[in-house]
Amino acid sequence: MSANLSPYHHVRPEVIPLLKDGKLFSEGQKAPTRAAFAQTVIELGAANPDIVVLDADVSKSIGTNRFGAKFPERHFNFGIAEQNMFAAAAGMATTGLIPFACTYAVFASLRALDMVRNSIHYPNLNVKIAASHSGITPGPDGVTHQGQEDMTIMRSIANSTVIAPADPDTTVLAVKAAAAHAGPVYLSFTRDPVPEVFGPDYPFEIGKAVTVRDGSDVTIIAMRDLTAHALVAAAHLAEAGIEARVIDCPTLKPLDEEIVLQAARETGAIVTAENNVYFGGLGSAVAELLVENHPTPMQRIGVRDTFAESGPYLDLLDKYGLSYGHIETAARKVIARK
Amino acid sequence: MANVPMSVEELKQMAATIRCDIIEMICTAGAGHPGGSLSATDIVTALYFRLMRLDPQNPRWPDRDRFILSKGHACPVWYATLAERGFFDKAHLGTLRQLGSILQGHPDMNKVPGIDMTAGSLGQGLSVGVGMALAGKLQKKDYHVWVVVGDGESQEGAVWEAAMSAAKWKLDNITAILDRNNLQNDWHVDELMPIEPVADKWQAFGWHVVDIDGHDMDAIVPALEAARERKGGPTLILARTIKGKGVSYMENVCEWHGKAPCQEEADQALDEIRRCSCER
Ligand SMILES: Cc1ncc(C[n+]2csc(CCOP(=O)(O)OP(=O)(O)O)c2C)c(N)n1
Ligand SMILES: [Mg+2]
Repeated sequence: MSANLSPYHHVRPEVIPLLKDGKLFSEGQKAPTRAAFAQTVIELGAANPDIVVLDADVSKSIGTNRFGAKFPERHFNFGIAEQNMFAAAAGMATTGLIPFACTYAVFASLRALDMVRNSIHYPNLNVKIAASHSGITPGPDGVTHQGQEDMTIMRSIANSTVIAPADPDTTVLAVKAAAAHAGPVYLSFTRDPVPEVFGPDYPFEIGKAVTVRDGSDVTIIAMRDLTAHALVAAAHLAEAGIEARVIDCPTLKPLDEEIVLQAARETGAIVTAENNVYFGGLGSAVAELLVENHPTPMQRIGVRDTFAESGPYLDLLDKYGLSYGHIETAARKVIARK
Repeated sequence: MANVPMSVEELKQMAATIRCDIIEMICTAGAGHPGGSLSATDIVTALYFRLMRLDPQNPRWPDRDRFILSKGHACPVWYATLAERGFFDKAHLGTLRQLGSILQGHPDMNKVPGIDMTAGSLGQGLSVGVGMALAGKLQKKDYHVWVVVGDGESQEGAVWEAAMSAAKWKLDNITAILDRNNLQNDWHVDELMPIEPVADKWQAFGWHVVDIDGHDMDAIVPALEAARERKGGPTLILARTIKGKGVSYMENVCEWHGKAPCQEEADQALDEIRRCSCER
């Protein structure tokens, strides 16, 4: 082992003692990633006059109303008309503008999906789709507002790049990278506050996953709000002498195949964890890669074939099998199958 | 249980009771949409306690009139109305938005007796109503379909697709009620994405339009009764309302679209609503 004895990488030092018993969720610093997005798009807009923000009557919920206050001539609130907004974003992109079109994940990935596919992805236009309230993070609003399929849907579209950062600091990096990337990018944010896990030294790059904890017994590959849960699960497993590698996978597409294959070879057991339906998203992407290249025992954490319900965010994660406890159980199960 | 159909005076009292239920349930839940619930209260009260043919003991009775709250976020008004009308125990109102509750943040037809259609994604309820109305015609049933649509919601193109189709099939068994409170989530409807001249638009789409004060029970009842009787095509009730109606600090204030009152604010609201209904 190197001089750095900690198995953690890029994890804020104050977070590590809070991993035990999930204290991170009650005592850690938390913020919704939608807020980090809104702040970053203002910064980007100040530096680049081609950046425009489009909204569909949820600008106050996402925070992009603040972009509108700063740059009124570059802010367009289309009202409750998501289909119009996304097709208009495509039109703006044909002229060289860089539109960030913002709404909830469920409406971006479903209501306006045909516009998103046929007018943005097929012509490969430079539209950034900023989707808040992803997964079942908008707890109390219930099913109609929970974007639990967005990863699956967006991943299935050709020309798509799909990004779901784990926490506020990595969200800042992801939004900046998306703005610099030519072509459509789907960015997914949480409605509820999530722990601030990583520092600004996190090496964000589109298409790259990052090992945030070393381990050789099993690998947990997680994304968005479940990366924090994966770290807690790994801390608990370590107490039982099980060393779990944790990979944060903020880019679902293109998947970082190299890091996944290496983890499969070196640890021989994989758990995936996503706050998204458990088919078609991260678990499927990893399984598809492994089954053709290096078949490895796997367990998938995700929303099963069901709709969730209204309730507090963390209670919902518990009830629908997405919390650190479930990840821990899945890790033990997959190790037993090695 | 309440005696129906109610007189206009009784309807006014019931509306006040329902407004109190709305405030209490959203305060207890700590989240929800009071503004749009309060703006629709008088209309929903009139429908359930005067106009609609229903049987609370048999909520799926095939011959019942249908109600759709297309602006599903305002479901506290629907839940409170159904509870007061005897569809389920009022004790459920205290469970709004909690884990395991039948009262979801947006209405779920498979969880709550009396909810005729699931809603929450805006711009779909009128199409669903058109489907129910077409089915009624096909099956020679004489039920009526009532749909409440938000004014911000009517920025969705799908609302106009529905409007076009109801006129094409001359559906006189459906009535849409536009809750014209001039506020949406972000701001004022007329400034954010204007819908005016809204009466002309509906007329141009083949609807008979009736313009009323959506809080005046003396105007609501006859307008709804006439809409039910009218033959030959669909009617739109353009109900001019006040978002947050009945609670001074909520009235016409955008922030109360989706914010819960704290206990102190709720107490003040209940006080105002009760005082106002006693003075009558
Ligand atoms: C398709 C869709 N887009 C966005 C939302 C989020 N949303 C919920 S309520 C609301 C504003 C509704 O305004 P309005 O229809 O005027 O209702 P009211 O003022 O009566 O509350 C919005 C944008 C939604 N529920 N559905
Ligand atoms: Mg409105």
